[in-house]
Amino acid sequence: MASRKPATNQPASFQWSEENANWCETQVAKFPAGRQASAVIPMLWRAQKQEGWISIPAMETIAKQLDMPYIRVYEVATFYTMFNLAPVGEFFVQLCGTTPCMLRGAEELKEVCREKIGPEMAINGRLSWLEVECLGACCNAPMAQINDYYYEDLTPDNFGAILDKLQAGEHVEPGTQNPNRHTSDPEGENTTLKDESLYDGSMAKPIDKLPNSEPAKAE
Amino acid sequence: MLQDKDRIFTNLYGLQDYRLEAAKQRGAWNATAEMLQMGPEWIIQQIKDSGLRGRGGAGFPTGLKWSFMPKEVRDRPHYLIVNADESEPGTCKDREIMRHDPHLFIEGCLIASFAMKANVCYIYIRGEYIFEREQLQRAIDEAYAAKLIGPGNIHGWDFDLYLAHGAGAYICGEETALLESLEGKKGQPRLKPPFPAGAGLYGCPSTVNNVESIAVVGTILRRGAGWFKSFGRDNNAGTKLFCISGHVNKPCNVEEEMSIPLRTLIDRHCGGVRGGWDNLKAVIPGGSSVRCLPKDICDDVLMDFDALREHKSGLGTAAVIVMDKSTDMVRAIARIAYFYKHESCGQCTPCREGTGWMWRVLTRMAEGDAEMWEIDKLLDVAGQIEGHTICALGDAAAWPIQGLIQHFRHEIEDKITNYRAGKPHVQVAAAE
Repeated sequence: MASRKPATNQPASFQWSEENANWCETQVAKFPAGRQASAVIPMLWRAQKQEGWISIPAMETIAKQLDMPYIRVYEVATFYTMFNLAPVGEFFVQLCGTTPCMLRGAEELKEVCREKIGPEMAINGRLSWLEVECLGACCNAPMAQINDYYYEDLTPDNFGAILDKLQAGEHVEPGTQNPNRHTSDPEGENTTLKDESLYDGSMAKPIDKLPNSEPAKAE
Repeated sequence: MLQDKDRIFTNLYGLQDYRLEAAKQRGAWNATAEMLQMGPEWIIQQIKDSGLRGRGGAGFPTGLKWSFMPKEVRDRPHYLIVNADESEPGTCKDREIMRHDPHLFIEGCLIASFAMKANVCYIYIRGEYIFEREQLQRAIDEAYAAKLIGPGNIHGWDFDLYLAHGAGAYICGEETALLESLEGKKGQPRLKPPFPAGAGLYGCPSTVNNVESIAVVGTILRRGAGWFKSFGRDNNAGTKLFCISGHVNKPCNVEEEMSIPLRTLIDRHCGGVRGGWDNLKAVIPGGSSVRCLPKDICDDVLMDFDALREHKSGLGTAAVIVMDKSTDMVRAIARIAYFYKHESCGQCTPCREGTGWMWRVLTRMAEGDAEMWEIDKLLDVAGQIEGHTICALGDAAAWPIQGLIQHFRHEIEDKITNYRAGKPHVQVAAAE
């Protein structure tokens, strides 16, 4: 299990922005009446987007809103590892270190983080970083999630450059950092999906009769 | 070789437009209304006939799973839940479906829900997939706007599709943990029975399916169960998305037919193993939870459920993790052990305590700082975790370690033997 505790210094209160307060209602509306607790994860996530992390007052506010015992919200906030229980940098680098990324050089990237940012979870300027478990982009390993989006096919060089740019407040386009790839296709020329007829509309031609639909219709 | 015309996910790499009009040009939403007109029994029978086995790892026949749902809706509504909590290390296929071919997926949700008489479907996507969530939500909004889904849609089956998300917990990929999470709780698996088809989300009949299992449904019905079944060996039918990562020249996702030889898969699409086939050491063929295979098995093994099971491994999610001769197998598996330690939900004692214990021992073994007898102790502990927990995470933590010891025991032994070599003699230092 991951060991997770809330920060020692907590703010006095939590207030939704007007936009977010409205947004919360759209989330509760996704679930049947009386099942509003189902919206707890999206709402905690939104609180984190608003404040940068999740404070105890935020949990208390959400508990009241969803008519849940506070401890249930606390349980959820401490169970799920994407919830930051203490402040993080303006750009929060979550570097994948699980085996598929490790095989392709994640450990060198950890060195880059230590050199450019410092120890895990320490805030240095605009940045802080954490090694996380598999983020599910293994065909583009090694990779990192920086705030919301994935930066893939990293090398110590291009990763270092990304961190420098973010530290300086510049924008870096997410996605693969390998110019010879588009997404998770093989580098260079693709081996599949080259048949033009897939894309000329011939697949959209009306189907007269579905396969195997004959006997059922006779019944 | 699978022809392009027989591939289901024609926008796998996002080279085309993901939006509705382009997706329709590629065949999505074609004849969907006619499929629904044939009725739920026909759909379920077609999926049974196609031989589709669940693509989320366990490989349970999808049509059979659907048939476990009550035939009629009584006092409780039915739900379809789609498991998009793709977190198995090595796996990155559902992500491509959701961001690049979302309409095939949404169409599948409608068809499957209709077949199980569900008017509501929840897609539970992992929290980290934020771009995928945004992209899929845009596609859902398009489908609502075009009246393809939603109340009073053109298909005549009132259907609401909602996107829910997690927040970073591998365990929520386990179907009952997912249901708990969707109810707003910690993701701790439930004891089965009752199975979700009897009492699932909010205690209502529910079926949990993987994204890929659902997304292929429309194309199977359009082209026929026989078409799908013509790929792969008996009992392992269809096409499948493979995710090949690790030490290959060109890692990639690719759709191929089931039962393709592993070597062909790697050589054809990934530019071969780094340094050539003879530089291969081992392959984990189905995501981190399955046992690894040494090179001599990899030489001719087929990529399907049954062939891999014969070697005590598994197809899992078809996430192929390739390791060449430069790999320190003990460290690679120790990192996987850390993953399971991190992701154990803490509910069952063997898993909560055992995953940490195994990780600590393996970490020492990776340095060589262990005793020979500890290898058998580790194997013994792994065997005591396997099968003694509520969910399969305990098994998944044990199998990679069993695979390591089965095939690479000599590497651990070498490390232990070499550990003392070259170190100053302790007694001499003490005497000074």
